[in-house]
Amino acid sequence: MEKINVTMTVNGKEETLSVEPRTLLVHALREHLDYTGAHIGCSSSHCGACTIDMNGKSVKSCTVFAPQAEGAEILTVEGIGSPDKLHAIQEMFKEHHGLQCGYCTPGMIMRSYRFLQENPNPTEEEVRFGISGNLCRCTGYQNIVKSIMAAADKIRDEANVEKKEIA
Amino acid sequence: MDDVKTPSREERKSALSGLGTSRKRVEDARFTQGKGNYVDDIKLKGMLFGDFVRSPVAHARVKNIDTSAALALPGVHAVLTAADLEPLGLHWMPTLAGDKQMVLADGKVLFQGQEVAFVVGDDRYAVADGISLVEVEYDELPVVTDPFKAELKDSPILREDIADQKEGAHGARRHPNHIFTWEAGEKEETNKVLEEAEVVADEMVYYHRTHPCPLETCGCVASMDKVNGKLTVWGTFQAPHAVRTVASLISSIPEHNIRIISPDIGGGFGNKVGVYPGYVCSIVASIVTGVPIKWVEDRMDNLMATAFARDYWMHGKISATKEGKITGLWCHTTADHGAFDACADPTKFPAGFMNICTGSYDIPVAYLAVDGVYTNKAPGGVAYRCSFRVTEASYFIERMIEVLAQKLGMDSAELRSKNFIKKEQFPYTSALGWEYDSGDYHQAWEKAMTSVNYKQLREDQAKQLQLFKDGKSRKLMGIGLSHFTEIVGAGPVKNCDILGLGMFDACEIRIHPTGSAIARLGTISQGQGHATTFAQILASEIGIPASDITLEEGDTDTAPYGLGTYGSRSTPVAGAATAMAGRKIRAKAQMIAAYLLEVHDDDLEWDVDRFSVKGAPEKFKTMKEIAFASYNQAIPGVEPGLEAVSYYDPPNMTYPNGAYVVVMEIDVDTGVSDIKQVYALDDCGTRINPMIIEGQVHGGLTEALAISMGQEIAYDEQGNVMTGTLMDFFIPTAWETPNYETDYTETPSPHHPIGAKGVGESPNVGGVSAFSNAVHDAFKPFGLTQAHMPHDHWRVWKIAKDLGLHS
Repeated sequence: MEKINVTMTVNGKEETLSVEPRTLLVHALREHLDYTGAHIGCSSSHCGACTIDMNGKSVKSCTVFAPQAEGAEILTVEGIGSPDKLHAIQEMFKEHHGLQCGYCTPGMIMRSYRFLQENPNPTEEEVRFGISGNLCRCTGYQNIVKSIMAAADKIRDEANVEKKEIA
Repeated sequence: MDDVKTPSREERKSALSGLGTSRKRVEDARFTQGKGNYVDDIKLKGMLFGDFVRSPVAHARVKNIDTSAALALPGVHAVLTAADLEPLGLHWMPTLAGDKQMVLADGKVLFQGQEVAFVVGDDRYAVADGISLVEVEYDELPVVTDPFKAELKDSPILREDIADQKEGAHGARRHPNHIFTWEAGEKEETNKVLEEAEVVADEMVYYHRTHPCPLETCGCVASMDKVNGKLTVWGTFQAPHAVRTVASLISSIPEHNIRIISPDIGGGFGNKVGVYPGYVCSIVASIVTGVPIKWVEDRMDNLMATAFARDYWMHGKISATKEGKITGLWCHTTADHGAFDACADPTKFPAGFMNICTGSYDIPVAYLAVDGVYTNKAPGGVAYRCSFRVTEASYFIERMIEVLAQKLGMDSAELRSKNFIKKEQFPYTSALGWEYDSGDYHQAWEKAMTSVNYKQLREDQAKQLQLFKDGKSRKLMGIGLSHFTEIVGAGPVKNCDILGLGMFDACEIRIHPTGSAIARLGTISQGQGHATTFAQILASEIGIPASDITLEEGDTDTAPYGLGTYGSRSTPVAGAATAMAGRKIRAKAQMIAAYLLEVHDDDLEWDVDRFSVKGAPEKFKTMKEIAFASYNQAIPGVEPGLEAVSYYDPPNMTYPNGAYVVVMEIDVDTGVSDIKQVYALDDCGTRINPMIIEGQVHGGLTEALAISMGQEIAYDEQGNVMTGTLMDFFIPTAWETPNYETDYTETPSPHHPIGAKGVGESPNVGGVSAFSNAVHDAFKPFGLTQAHMPHDHWRVWKIAKDLGLHS
């Protein structure tokens, strides 16, 4: 099948790749660009292991064609923190035992990343609804919810500190 | 003045993060940053992709396979069929249950989704194109999906390959579709007790077919290096060493030339114990093409073809006195094994440990028979988050207890309490032959009943029932109780093996000169956090902080031989090996310390992280100093270095137990259930890491919720899988999942070096009964005795309808 060029920005870096038009975004990220954080659990949008951030929205990258991401801003779990400075969500998942096998974790974290921008001060019920597109087989969600609530607190605290410093 | 404070004993202990501490997990740094290394993340130079042409029908002769159009497609490199595998003797493979299974369809197909041909191509897209061009001609045959119809006189014969064999791997076969009969206990004596009993409850309890469905499907990368003759296979293997041995036996590649690596595994739950056609075909394809081959199932393949669980029809009779003292238990199980018997049970146990079905109760006499039959369904019968068939056994007895209580007109909590094995009876030999190691069931039960305020719950339930009867509410309240006893940690080599491999496990420890260490085990974590918890066991044993201990598993070239991780065996077996290897290190360390301190070995005592001279604690050598000395000093009569290995053959299984309570409200008109409370008390013996235990319990309860309330692998009469995607196969989301209350009692195992029993599977075993019993309990006042799982909305609605509650 003939290939086409697709250009997108992934974790702040512009990438051009040559793919068959039918290539799924998750395969483009994992196999062409080696961002293997996003995982494949169902290939049918049910499990959310492939969740990434695309143009400011949570997207299940197993059901988006790579050409649909032409010109898009993509953020994956590899792009939200660094080994020296983890993102608050990553830190709180570690702190509150919000993961076990780790397979759902990148998708769960990326959904939480967007969710906490949509709703920075959520109730537990809102968190549960907000991540209901992401399945986990290990944790029973209780500690994931706890991690996200704690991350929300931490992000708000950090923002308050920044505000004070500016003032 | 010296203001450096000498750390106290407690401070030194706490610095180790040893047993009993909620140490944060070392695995999480890579997983939270997307840097795990799962099998689909592996990318090798020149690697090709392989995938299956699968059967669309459940039973048919394969008349012809035309691969020419697929092979003509650019990007497709090879198509393997049974004809290609036959010269290598690999068109069939042995199963773990003593049966054999087709790798690729050999003349016929026996279940929908069966592997027919293996297409190898540049990438998964080219392979998908190739698959669509393979033409297979099927001649359809009558289908058997009902296990009770499998042995009828005119039933179609499924396994023509063994149709004439009167003896199977587990004794006599009475019909071509019959696999085995397995019996335990005293048949005649039990029948006599039942005949003479004051009260007998008789019920058919079905534990439906479901699937472990880990979020990561099964897969592998096989790489045959023809230059040095070495085969390396990375794969989703819960038992990498056993896979190496099996691969060597069936391929004739010498075992030392096979390296099996289990990288990070995205959940297993029993799905990744067995050997699947995908592994065999990938290996053959790598040998044929000379390049690495990757095979990764998609979700539909996973649900249709690999490793179902349960599917036990358990007919039970339980007898008691009028006062509620249980006198006997009888059970006949019809086990639907699908097309090949591919259970992953220890060899001598074709029905696993189903004979733990006397549960937590002191039952004087019992009899169990299990008949396995073939049907046109996928093979498997794996232990989905339980030890071998233990969840079936536990569900059976916990339903029978409820049915008996109903018959006696007695509260089932009281009936349980009246019949529990008493603390002083341990070690307790059950009527079906197990020796329970330890437990205090009454203590756990009383704690549970008090914690949930059981009396109040029953009062609330009665009020709700009255409201319903008065037409003021359409909701009913159900209280589900369960007490379970598991049998895990397989197992003693004298009676537990898989394909002749004794089910011991092993740990090898190497202490480095600077006092840090590496430990390698024969197990493999799939999310359980072994790298965190096994380091804690060692920290307490050898006085080196857990953070200074690297833990490795899953590479057969470096790790000592072990039988892997399933059946909650890691802590009972490999955890014991870890403690024992640690003790060997300590014994040598003691000799070194004695030399350094110029005292006799016997004059030293172990003190957290050091050996000190008895009566003179200021004279000591820390483990760190001893480690350096072992590399640095010539000590007479002592070899340099500080290493140890332990192969641990457990003297007995361990018997974790617990008491669970589920409270739910059921809408009679919609069948929707609202979980109000889930209380789980577990006794897993010595607790290594309370944080991880709690996480395991949350996860297992959620799988129990799924199984009991909606998850199933369903077939229609033609053998079509009705639940092949996550649209139909229920996995609860965060929205449907309740919060859980966890609790514990701690009764150490007397035979385990640190007293630990294992916990990962308890919540599934105890949970399914508790959820299901809650549904039954809600409808009990209207005469419901038994309704089969899963209790999805439709089925619960149907219960209400059949009881005439829809006016």
